[in-house]
Amino acid sequence: MGLERAFADEPAFVPYLAAGDPNYEASLEYVEALARGGADVIELGLPFSEPIAEGKTIQNAIVRSLEAGMTPDRFFEFVEDLDVDVPLVCMTYYNLIYQYGADEGPRPFVEKAAAVGIEGLVVPDLPAEEAGPLRRACDEFGLDLVFIVAPTTRGDRLERMLEQVSGYVYVQARLGVTGAREDVDDATEESLARLSDWDVPKAVGFGIKTGDHAERIVAAGADGVIVGSALVDIVAEGHENGDSVEAVADRLEAKASELKDGALRGASEQPQPERT
Amino acid sequence: MSTDDAHDPKFGEYGGQYVPEALMPAIEELTDAYQRYVLENEDGFMDEFRERLADFGGRPTPLQYAEQLSARYDTDVYLKREDLLHGGAHKLNNALGQVLLAKYMGKERIIAETGAGQHGTATAMAAAHLDMPCEIYMGETDIARQRPNVFRMRINGSEVNPVTVGRGTLKEAISETMRDWATTVENTHYVIGSVVGPHPFPKMVRDFQAVISEEAREQAIEKTGGLPDSVLACAGGGSNTMGMFAHFVDDSEVDLYAVEAGGSSLQVDEAEGVAPNSATLSTGDEGVLHGARTKLLQDSDGQIMESHSVSAGLDYAGVGPELAHLVDEDRVTPVNVDDDAALEAFHRLSQDEGIIPALETAHAFGYLEQHHDEVGDTVVVNVSGRGDKDLETVIEETSQRDLDIAPDMSLFERVGGGGL
Repeated sequence: MGLERAFADEPAFVPYLAAGDPNYEASLEYVEALARGGADVIELGLPFSEPIAEGKTIQNAIVRSLEAGMTPDRFFEFVEDLDVDVPLVCMTYYNLIYQYGADEGPRPFVEKAAAVGIEGLVVPDLPAEEAGPLRRACDEFGLDLVFIVAPTTRGDRLERMLEQVSGYVYVQARLGVTGAREDVDDATEESLARLSDWDVPKAVGFGIKTGDHAERIVAAGADGVIVGSALVDIVAEGHENGDSVEAVADRLEAKASELKDGALRGASEQPQPERT
Repeated sequence: MSTDDAHDPKFGEYGGQYVPEALMPAIEELTDAYQRYVLENEDGFMDEFRERLADFGGRPTPLQYAEQLSARYDTDVYLKREDLLHGGAHKLNNALGQVLLAKYMGKERIIAETGAGQHGTATAMAAAHLDMPCEIYMGETDIARQRPNVFRMRINGSEVNPVTVGRGTLKEAISETMRDWATTVENTHYVIGSVVGPHPFPKMVRDFQAVISEEAREQAIEKTGGLPDSVLACAGGGSNTMGMFAHFVDDSEVDLYAVEAGGSSLQVDEAEGVAPNSATLSTGDEGVLHGARTKLLQDSDGQIMESHSVSAGLDYAGVGPELAHLVDEDRVTPVNVDDDAALEAFHRLSQDEGIIPALETAHAFGYLEQHHDEVGDTVVVNVSGRGDKDLETVIEETSQRDLDIAPDMSLFERVGGGGL
């Protein structure tokens, strides 16, 4: 349980890509480009056929990855083949985790994830109420379990989540599904305020597209920014235009640098710049 | 069949609440509303619901003795005529209940998904009746094969949003409606169309539909002096099934048959991720989809399969968690018939009884044709809906087959087929 370390010294940049999008080999290059661009944690999507929390951009990425043959076992190979020195988090839906173990529940998936070097899980369709078996498996194998706090999350639900969350908390910046936006929502600051006394890093995601967004999010008090769709857009455009893997990787690295730099600027604007 | 377990989200191991966090507060709010309004009749909610079901919906529906079928099978066959409910299907029971509940909860907007269009039509009618704005998500494939219902939704003032991802059927429409709900959850109620989804939907929809078996049980006793030997209902997501079974579940002497869509085959093509059937109870494995743990058509990795049925209303890779539980408990027997048998039954019921059934319903009659020797001396079959919406599909599918019972199709071919 060590993802907190990625947030210890400076605001963390946490990019997301769907593993295997648009194909296995290119995707390896793209994830490694994010690491070169300054990623502190990388969220790797393990594609599920019914991604109900995702917007069009990531839905399409998931379709491309599945059509290129991604499976849970291929995903674990993918993680082993990656040459990055950045903590990796697997983001997927509960049925894949559950089904991997046949009759044994989520434990075999977590065991395998730990064996290949995954350090944490984010499961968008698993609220705290249903997370007991997965939390126990994560405890057994030393994985963090990241929960998503929504703008609608209040009261008892926050308490329940606080009991189970580890690594970092994923603060959903706005209602809705994933997807890059042109502005930053006021809900972000309200959500961060509700979590101000939580002793776990707070990473904000959903809709962050530019370095300026990242700057504002961190200036508002976030410990990190999570960016998915804006990066997946680069992969999608490169794929549609037939660009070389190298060219797309360069663009991803540049975008990652822009977002990381924005987060760093935001840190200098925080009311209390000393960080623990 | 109201129960006092609004805060128990499970049916054995099935059920639960597997949804994005953003939806959880709305689901808690709905659970509270279900407890107060549906189970405890706060503010006279259930009284108003039943009054509107009677005056607007046309309840009670008859339990009709089917003379020709009874003679054919040497078994007393009774038909629960949900096709005579306003809108032409059982779907109105649930849609009216949920739209009214949304109104009691102070919601301002209704969204729903639909496969065959019957739920979308019922929701559009209920929303118009109760003066609520309504948007309905429907897969492109289903829009193409259910045009009359699409038009009925539009006529009633609802927007119909085409869903283009995947194969464009119910499973994709449900995912897309959940995305809308995740965005608009603070003022919007999602009228789930079957006994599926996160708790409390499976219980709440069952309770709204349980009026079917409440009436049927009383009517059967009144007409025959006792309970039937068997009750048959088709099963897709399972709302007419649970509605038809709910008040018989405790009558252990009554056999309950859930008739699924066997499609063209029970074999699956795992490499293509396609199940050429929708027989989830008969062939599916346990998993988590659309908010609940239940039986699913999925590959060995847990990816959800595309399902198939000649009937759009049964074409779904999941099934209600309570039905999955009742099957595991050996209380409900899952059976299935294929597309051909359903089509034959469609024509048989139309010709023998003057009732044009929905293709969903025809599956139950297909099973009766094949297994009438096994269902006892008295059987009740739920006529879950009428078949007007399916006529284009029936023309096309019948034209592709050599069915002895079908009418001469050459007339339709001479005038250009389809295009009703």
